[in-house]
Amino acid sequence: MSDKPAGSAAPPAAVVSPAHTAPPPRALPGGGATKVHRLVALVLDKPGVLNRVSSLMRARNFNIDSLAVSHTDQEGLSRMTITLHGDDVAVEQAAKQLYRLIDVLKVQDVTEEPTIEHELALVKVRVSDANRGEVLKLVELSKGRVVDLTGESAVVEVTGTEAEVDAFVALVRTYGIKELVRTGAVVMTRGAGSIEEALKR
Amino acid sequence: MTMTKGGSAKPPRSGAAAIPPASPPPPKTRERRSHVPAAGTEHAAAIEKAQREMLHEGTRAQSVPADAHPAHAASAAAREARARIGADVVCEALIRQGVGVFFSYPGGVILPLYDVLGDYPELRHVLVRHEQGGAHAADGYARATGKVGVCMGTSGPGATNLVTGIGTAQLDSIPIVAITGNVPSALIGKDAFQEIDINGITLPMTKHNYLVRNADDLPRVLAEAFHIARTGRPGPVHVDITKDALQQETTAPHPTDAEVIAGLPGFRPNMDGHYRQLKTAAAEIAAAKRPMILAGHGVLHAHAEAELLAFAEKTSIPIAWTLLGIGAVDERHPLAYGYMGMHGWKHVNRAIQSADLLFAIGMRFDDRVTGNVRTYAPYARIVHVDIDPAEIGKNVAVEVPIVGDAKRVLKAIAPMVEATPIEARRDYLDQLAEWKQDSLGSSWHGSGAWRDGLLSADYVVQRIGELTDHEAIYVADVGQNQMWLARYAGFRHPNTHLSSGGLGTMGYSMPAAMGAALGVPEREVWAIAGDGGFQMTLQELMTLVQDRIPVKIALFDNKKLGMIRQWQEIIYAGNYHSAHLLGPDYLKLADAYGIPATKASSPAEVDDAIRFAQGVDGPALVWFEIAGEQNVFPMMPAGKGLSDLIEHWGGPEE
Repeated sequence: MSDKPAGSAAPPAAVVSPAHTAPPPRALPGGGATKVHRLVALVLDKPGVLNRVSSLMRARNFNIDSLAVSHTDQEGLSRMTITLHGDDVAVEQAAKQLYRLIDVLKVQDVTEEPTIEHELALVKVRVSDANRGEVLKLVELSKGRVVDLTGESAVVEVTGTEAEVDAFVALVRTYGIKELVRTGAVVMTRGAGSIEEALKR
Repeated sequence: MTMTKGGSAKPPRSGAAAIPPASPPPPKTRERRSHVPAAGTEHAAAIEKAQREMLHEGTRAQSVPADAHPAHAASAAAREARARIGADVVCEALIRQGVGVFFSYPGGVILPLYDVLGDYPELRHVLVRHEQGGAHAADGYARATGKVGVCMGTSGPGATNLVTGIGTAQLDSIPIVAITGNVPSALIGKDAFQEIDINGITLPMTKHNYLVRNADDLPRVLAEAFHIARTGRPGPVHVDITKDALQQETTAPHPTDAEVIAGLPGFRPNMDGHYRQLKTAAAEIAAAKRPMILAGHGVLHAHAEAELLAFAEKTSIPIAWTLLGIGAVDERHPLAYGYMGMHGWKHVNRAIQSADLLFAIGMRFDDRVTGNVRTYAPYARIVHVDIDPAEIGKNVAVEVPIVGDAKRVLKAIAPMVEATPIEARRDYLDQLAEWKQDSLGSSWHGSGAWRDGLLSADYVVQRIGELTDHEAIYVADVGQNQMWLARYAGFRHPNTHLSSGGLGTMGYSMPAAMGAALGVPEREVWAIAGDGGFQMTLQELMTLVQDRIPVKIALFDNKKLGMIRQWQEIIYAGNYHSAHLLGPDYLKLADAYGIPATKASSPAEVDDAIRFAQGVDGPALVWFEIAGEQNVFPMMPAGKGLSDLIEHWGGPEE
C-alpha cells in the first residue's frame, strides 16, 4: 500500500522488552507531498449519484477542486472527472471510498498517465471603442473565440488546460471581467486504451 | 429567476404578549373507557391466545409452508381476492428473504402496509415502542442470527427515530434493511405533513439507500436491498417508499438472484485474496518470530471461526481479538490470548507492542484499538486482510494488503504456510503466558469494591457468565458495563456477544437483546445495561411484555454515568459535571410494567438474583446496585499509545 514500510525497524531478534530500544515512530498513512490528482469515475446514470459522490467526499474530508459530469456514449452510464489535491495515499483512499458506492462502476486515477485535459471557460470582458481591437487581438492570439459582442462587452470562449485558461483570464483581467464561468477539467487518456472498454471485460 | 441570499428583512414579530391569556377550560367529566379488555373476560382470553400463537409461530415461521396452516390458507385466499399492491410486494419480499420477524411502528403513510399485514400470518410483526428500539432490535436479530434484520417506520419522525439504529448498524457493518414510508410522491419536496428528506439523511450512513415512487420498482429494489445488505462487507440498506407506491397495483415479478446480481454492475465484492499477496503473507509468517493474529468482526461475518482456529493451530500463532471480534475463538483455547485495545487486557496490548508481525483479519485498526498510531506496534510488519479495500491503509500503513473474505483467505493461505509446532515458539509463548498471568493478577477483577462489601461490577458480570454456562447471548450497552462484559463474562461461541462498538450507542442493549431473543429462541439472552443506557430506551420494557420476549435484564446501577465519571476523574481533574444520575425505583418500575424483578446490593445476593431471573418464563429484571465509583482498568487515555496504560488511580488500591 505505502512504499514506506511502517515496521521498518528490525524486529527484536530475541525476546526483549521493547522499552529498551526506542523504535522509530510508525509511519502514518499519507503525509506525503500534496499535488493535484485527476480521478475518472464511471457511474450509473441514476438520480442522486452526484449527491452520493459529493456527500462522500465531504464526509471523508476530501476537497474537490472541480467535478465535471456528463453522459457517455453508453446508455445509463455517466462519467465524472474529479480534480482534487492531496497526497497519493489520501487520493487512493478517496478512490477506494468512491468505489464502495454501489452506483460507482470504476474509479481510475489518471494523474500519472498521459492524458488530454481540457477545460472550457466563458469570459464576459468589459470592452470599449478604445480597446475593443486590442482585446480581440488577444483573444485571437490565445486561440479563443468571441461568441457574443456588444458595445460594452465581449463574451469569449476559451478552451485548454487549466493553466492555459488561467493564463487567458489573467491576461484579460486588466480590461475588467464582468462575468466568468468555467466547466472544470475533463480528461481522457491518450492512445487506444479505453476506460469504458476496460469496464466491459 | 434570480435568487439572492439574505433577502428582505421581515418585520419583527409583534410578540406573543398580544394574545390575551385564555381562561382555563372547564374540566370535562368523561366516562372512563378502555380499549383494553379487562382481565378474565372472553376478549382478554382471545388476545392472550393470539399472543401465544404469535410467539409460537414466530420461532418456526420459516419452515412453515404457506398453505400448511388453515389460517395461512385463509390469508392466501384473502390475498387472491384482491389486487396485488405495493404493500403486498413488501410482504412477499420479506417472506422470500426468510424474514420471520420484523420490528416496526405504524404511522400515517405506512398504513397501506399495515392494511395488508393481516393477510400474511407468516410474518411476525413486533410493535416496538419507539423506532430506535426497532432498529436496534433488527440489529440484534442480525448479529445473533447472521441473517438480515428488518425494521420499519413511517415518514418524518418515524424515519428520523430509526437513524440512530441505522448508524449503529453502519459503523459495525450489520446487515439490516430499514423500510420507511414516505409522503405520496406528488407531495415530495413540498414540506408535507411528516415529510423530511430521510433519503438525504441516511445517504451518508448506509451502505446504500433507495427512494421508491413506483410499485413496479419494489420487487427489484427490495431484492437488491437484501442482497447488498448481506453480501461482501455487510451493512444497513434503507428503502424509502412513497405512500402511493405502497397503494399502487402492480404485477411486477420478483427477480431471481442472478437478475439481482446482473442489475448491480457496481457491486462486485472481491471475495478471494490475490494469490501473490497470499504468498507474500505466507513468507512474512515464515520469517516472523513474534507473530500475533488480530481477529475482528469480519471473522464472525464470514463464519470463519473454524478456519481461523485451523490456521492459528497450524502456525502456533496466538490470537488477540477486537471488541467485536469476541467469540471468534473460544476464550479457553490455549492460543486465545485476549481482548485488545483501550480497555483491553494489558498482556494483549503488551504483546502487540512487542510483536514483529500482526496478521490482522477482518478488523479495521480503529482508534480504540491502536491508540496513537505513531507508537502502535512499533516493531511489527502488518498483513491486513479485509473484504473492504478502503479499510486497508486507511488508519495504519500496512506491508501486505489482502482484499478478500476472511473465510476464503484463511482457507487459501492455510496450505501455503509451514506447520510450526508449539515447541518451535516455546520461548515466545512462555513469555506471553507469563505476561498473561501477571496481567490477570494485577487486574481489579475480584478485588477492590468486593473487599469493601460493595458490589463489584466485574464480579457480577463474571457470575452471569458462569451461571449461564457461558452459553447465553450477552448484549452490552455502552460505557463501563460494556467493557466489564467484554473482559469478564467469558465467551465461548461466535455471535453470543453483541455490542455497539463503532457508534457506541447508549440504550442499545435491551432493544438489541429483544431482537436476539426472537432470532435465537434456544439461547438465554441477557442485556447488560448501565443505569444511563437503560434509561434511554426503557420504553421497550412494554414490548418485552406484550410480545413475551424472554430477555433477562441485568441493570448495573451505580447511580452514575460511570464512564463519564471515570474520564472526569482521570482526565478532567475530578470535575464531575453531570456524572451523577438519578434513577427511579427500578423494582416499582418493573412492577408497573408487569416484569418480575429483584435487587442485589451485596456480593452474597448476586447468585440468587441471577437464578431468579433465569427462573422466570419471560422477561425479568435484576437490579444490581454496584459500587458507585468503580473504574475500568487498564485504560488507555485517548490520544495515548498502547504502552501508556493506566492501571491504577488515586489511592493505594485504585
